[in-house]
Amino acid sequence: MSMLHTINKSPFENSSVSSCLSMCAKDSSILFIEDAVISVMKSTKFTEMVENSLKDFRIYALKPDLEARGLSLNNVIEGVEIVGYDKFVDLTTEHDTVQSWL
Amino acid sequence: MSEEGIVKKFMYVNRKSPYGTIYALESLEVVLISAAFDQDVSLTFTDDGVYQLMKNQNTDGIGMKNFSSTYSALGDYEIKKIFIDKESLDERGLSLSDLQELVWEDEDEDYAEKSSINLVSRAELSEIMSQQDVVMSF
Repeated sequence: MSMLHTINKSPFENSSVSSCLSMCAKDSSILFIEDAVISVMKSTKFTEMVENSLKDFRIYALKPDLEARGLSLNNVIEGVEIVGYDKFVDLTTEHDTVQSWL
Repeated sequence: MSEEGIVKKFMYVNRKSPYGTIYALESLEVVLISAAFDQDVSLTFTDDGVYQLMKNQNTDGIGMKNFSSTYSALGDYEIKKIFIDKESLDERGLSLSDLQELVWEDEDEDYAEKSSINLVSRAELSEIMSQQDVVMSF
């Protein structure tokens, strides 16, 4: 069973990101959308946590949400795949289930 | 001749990232409306609120209005006290150079442009906040 996890809240705002990273199974994919895209930026309090989790998960971030917030694509953690809405759709169909963290 | 009203110190505290919720835009609207009442207004950006002032915001992809350029009008509304929490920038790997510059024009000095932005520590913020008559949190 492969699962896609989506998260839409800033890691500074609540514990969705850290809970998801600590709870999801090894072959999962995680897609950061809306305010959660903050999680994939370098040099934040959460960078190390996200970098370490790249060993276990495929991590994606939605490009339009990064751009809306003025977050430079050059400052995204290496290994995180930046995707558009088309790939978002592909991810939901490629996985058996989608879990949306609130 | 207008009657002298009571002037109170109002602080608007912005703690949320733009676009994910409506708070940032609503705060900005309230601030601009309040400017019509000739009060002593200041704005604080702390926690994820610092993202509201990021340069190069482009909302074409998310189909929402990009209101970031509106902040530059604050100076024209005589709102010239903007406080940015340094600790919030630090834990996000940001510096003032990542944020847009906000200025006001000093009519006493031939409309010289002066910065509205004050980088402050949490301790300084605490002191400034305690001096307010009204604090509105968004």
